[in-house]
Amino acid sequence: MPSTDNLVEVENVNFAYDSRQILKGVSLNIRRGQVVAIMGLSGCGKTTLLRLIGGALRPSRGEVRVDGRVVSKMHHDELYALRRRMGMLFQFGALFTDMSCYDNVAFQMREHTDLPEEMIDDLVLMKLQAVGLRGAHQLMPAELSGGMARRVALARTTALDPMLIMYDEPFAGLDPVSMGVIGELIRRLNDTLGATSIIVTHDVAEALDLVDYVYFMSDGVVVTQGTPDELRVSDKPFVHQFVYGETDGPMPFHYPAEDYARDLQTEDGR
Amino acid sequence: MIAVVEFLENLGARAIGAVHRLGFASRFLLLTVRNSGMCLRRFSLVVREIYFAGVLSLIIILVSGLFVGMVLGLQGYDTLERYGSSSALGVLVALSLVRELGPVVAGLLFASRAGSAITAEIGLMKATEQLAAMEMMAVDPIARVIAPRFWAGVISMPLLAAMFSAMGVFGGYLVGVRLIGVDEGSFWSQMQAAVDFQEDILNGVLKSIVFGVAVTWIAVFEGYDAPPTAEGVSGATTRTVVTSSLSILALDFMLTAFMFRGA
Repeated sequence: MPSTDNLVEVENVNFAYDSRQILKGVSLNIRRGQVVAIMGLSGCGKTTLLRLIGGALRPSRGEVRVDGRVVSKMHHDELYALRRRMGMLFQFGALFTDMSCYDNVAFQMREHTDLPEEMIDDLVLMKLQAVGLRGAHQLMPAELSGGMARRVALARTTALDPMLIMYDEPFAGLDPVSMGVIGELIRRLNDTLGATSIIVTHDVAEALDLVDYVYFMSDGVVVTQGTPDELRVSDKPFVHQFVYGETDGPMPFHYPAEDYARDLQTEDGR
Repeated sequence: MIAVVEFLENLGARAIGAVHRLGFASRFLLLTVRNSGMCLRRFSLVVREIYFAGVLSLIIILVSGLFVGMVLGLQGYDTLERYGSSSALGVLVALSLVRELGPVVAGLLFASRAGSAITAEIGLMKATEQLAAMEMMAVDPIARVIAPRFWAGVISMPLLAAMFSAMGVFGGYLVGVRLIGVDEGSFWSQMQAAVDFQEDILNGVLKSIVFGVAVTWIAVFEGYDAPPTAEGVSGATTRTVVTSSLSILALDFMLTAFMFRGA
């Protein structure tokens, strides 16, 4: 049984794809009821961390605990039982393209419950109403804009009222209006469902207005953490660079490479 | 010398890779069969896939069957006439179709029409994270996506082969009897007398079941194993058609060798 206020505990986790080390000893805690952002540049291991929490990957070292239980030690059935209490919003929605919006939202209800169709009908329309798309329930995913698809995916993610909702880059590729709508929905759904949310994003402005706590990651480790207010006034070079989008700073803009002059075959470089 | 060693090393690596992949595909097939309980209980999932793999392949199968049968009628008549036995045209058309051409040509068409579509669909579902999303929703994609498509292919293939053969016999009748003027009575009666249910028809059906398993297994495996990129999916789709076609021809030879020895 859970002994702490933390729903998710990540302790000294290492993970590598083949020889490429992605996470190098990450530790962080997600408190129950909070909306927590994990920020960092693309490729710093944020999405990998979500997959570790969801049990899709196993850490090479360290432990991920959800609701007091170690995810990597769970059997298939236990893991699936845990996932029924989790929701994950994928970067581009990952809606089932052969099903209508309605059937997408109804999918988990039909797979995991014995609810009669009339009740599923009511629940699906309520979920779609919450994201403002009840009127679009008959549309197919191909007929939706990027923002609408993300909202339908959000309705599908919350279909079974999960205790933990994970968002993988929920703002990527959205216009400012859709971004604001999605941000507001994330906060509202978290609070009304009494859930806990983890948002992986590099959209600083949107996330800082929305979340309760932030972890900054770089190069596979957590480099700093704090509340949005603490981070806004932080004088740490890393945070400053990220929050204000500066190219010069501790986070390198260039991928590691040979000497530039030598690559260009200049006189000096020869 | 170095070039020879390099060649042998590459050859060895390719062989090991192929065996490794075959092993992986076999485990995948086992997993698919083991996870088939859900789709067999909720048979509507399989019926839906039978529509996409089988019903939508009907046009190409029926039209091809008709033309293959008509060509058999023309060619068969031309050959048989030289020996004065054109009345056996019905036997030639029917045996060629139910023993060989029905299962093989229907299998090849099924691989290109339905096999490629299954691979592309599963590959794209993987590339757009639909399979990962399903897994995160605690629904096993092997049970929910792969198994229904696999069984739909296995069920559809023999039915399509039978319809191909039936249409081919009709095509042979049109050309032989209606166009050329072979005696209708001897066309049908000789066919009826010479075609054995067990020896010819059941063996043909058995062939088409084996081809159905092979094509659908290759199609679902290639889709599931495809790298999640545009090139990955297109490469997997091509491999499905090439590997299935070669497998059908190789399996056909082996099955024929066992089934029709001395017959």
